[in-house]
Amino acid sequence: MIHIQGLRKRLGGKQVLDGVELTIHPGESIVVMGRSGSGKSVLLKHIIGLMKPDAGTIEVDGEEITGLKERELVDVRRKFGMLFQSAALFDSMTVGDNVALGLREHTSLPDDEIRRRVTERLEWVGLEDVESKKPADLSGGMRKRVGLARAIVMDPKYILYDEPTTGLDPIMADVIDRLVRSLQRRMGVTSVIVTHDIASAYKIADRIAMLYEGRIVFVGSAEATRMTTDPLVRQFIEGSSVGPIKV
Amino acid sequence: MADSIAIRGVRRVGRWTLAGVADVGAVSILILGVLRALVPGLRSWRLLVQQMYAIGVGSLGLVFVVSVFTGAVAAVQAAYQFSNVVPLKYLGAVILRSVIIELGPVLTALVVGGRVGASIAAELGTMKVTEQIDALRAMGISPVRFLVVPRVVASTIMLPVVTIFANFLAILGGAAVAIYSIGVAPHTYVVGLKQFFYVKDLASGLMKAFVFGGIIGIMGSYFGFATEGGAEGVGNATRRAVVASCVLVLVSDYFLAHILFRLIFRE
Repeated sequence: MIHIQGLRKRLGGKQVLDGVELTIHPGESIVVMGRSGSGKSVLLKHIIGLMKPDAGTIEVDGEEITGLKERELVDVRRKFGMLFQSAALFDSMTVGDNVALGLREHTSLPDDEIRRRVTERLEWVGLEDVESKKPADLSGGMRKRVGLARAIVMDPKYILYDEPTTGLDPIMADVIDRLVRSLQRRMGVTSVIVTHDIASAYKIADRIAMLYEGRIVFVGSAEATRMTTDPLVRQFIEGSSVGPIKV
Repeated sequence: MADSIAIRGVRRVGRWTLAGVADVGAVSILILGVLRALVPGLRSWRLLVQQMYAIGVGSLGLVFVVSVFTGAVAAVQAAYQFSNVVPLKYLGAVILRSVIIELGPVLTALVVGGRVGASIAAELGTMKVTEQIDALRAMGISPVRFLVVPRVVASTIMLPVVTIFANFLAILGGAAVAIYSIGVAPHTYVVGLKQFFYVKDLASGLMKAFVFGGIIGIMGSYFGFATEGGAEGVGNATRRAVVASCVLVLVSDYFLAHILFRLIFRE
């Protein structure tokens, strides 16, 4: 379980997070939606300790992580896999080495076992025979899937997705949405997905939270979100420029 | 009321000073981080060898051209200044000593600093802005240990090696000009070389190169990691890394000369 309380962060003179309260339950798939620049990615980076808050706490399985040093965070981070917005593959390494890196750095598995696991995880995300390719030779959708294979290779308890469908065509976006769901079933992970893609949110979310002006202003099931009369949420899911959200 | 020019000037100087102090602090932390990551020993020799190859072997072509012409120019200039005052039999000695003490290490560091410092800063800067550094941290891998240590260690080891190569070529370049253009007999040139060769000159030059190598690796890594923004940020990081390593090489050269020749190798 991840428990976030009173999280505040100021960046470049702007109060990006202004008292975020959110509890993420084990095994669920929760979507945090919000406008571009609303601090969704910043929130995600706080959960895995890449950023330090100005105030507030984050508990991961009961352990407060905001005060931990970089070295102490290693054990916490091993519970997580993260898919970055641009996939953030290491472009000097092959796809196989990208996926294998976590195993090589953190385990003493023999090389053939590592290779077997890499092939298996690439198959899980629907990729075959790409181990020797360089990230630059892949399409955007393939890069995201390699990023996902890299995120799940260490059998994480939590997977964080930063805009998993942004920049993909609708069909590839659906492929990724289905992957998010199938990985959750297969591995029993807890997924935290940050997105502004409503169609994708409905497909993958157990619960949907909305981040607006630095706070979580709404949390509800996908169904409750669809039915809500909350004017902020309605305006966002209808994609209207008219309403309480200032443009 | 608008601030006067004086107040704005003072404010700007203050801001520069604070930024400078912050940079010095952050660089010190990075150096400590590198040393701490070195204590348990290098985990990946493969990464180190890759960097040693890129930094050392990759620089040979450029260093070749620079060194040969440096030696050649030293010969022409020395011969001109000697004219009718100092016998030409000292030509080899002058070229040898100026090359191994000063020209070899410093020019190599400036050339390699431009080439290697820029490429380290550009590579790490691009990794920073494309979230690859964050991805490493998110995987529980220290970017200092994984990226900075191999680069700093490789440039610290390889700069003295490349400097030896540069020294050799510069002396050959000087010999070519001395023999074919100025008309010094080959034997005379070699006698001059031998007569004034001191091991402490070579050692002090190589110690300088060792320090310069560390400066180049640290500056490239520091400004690479400090990159903000997109392509423009990477460009800025690259420029700042090259400027900082060149300036620091020249400034530290003075202090090293002082330490080496007035304290350690005092006659």
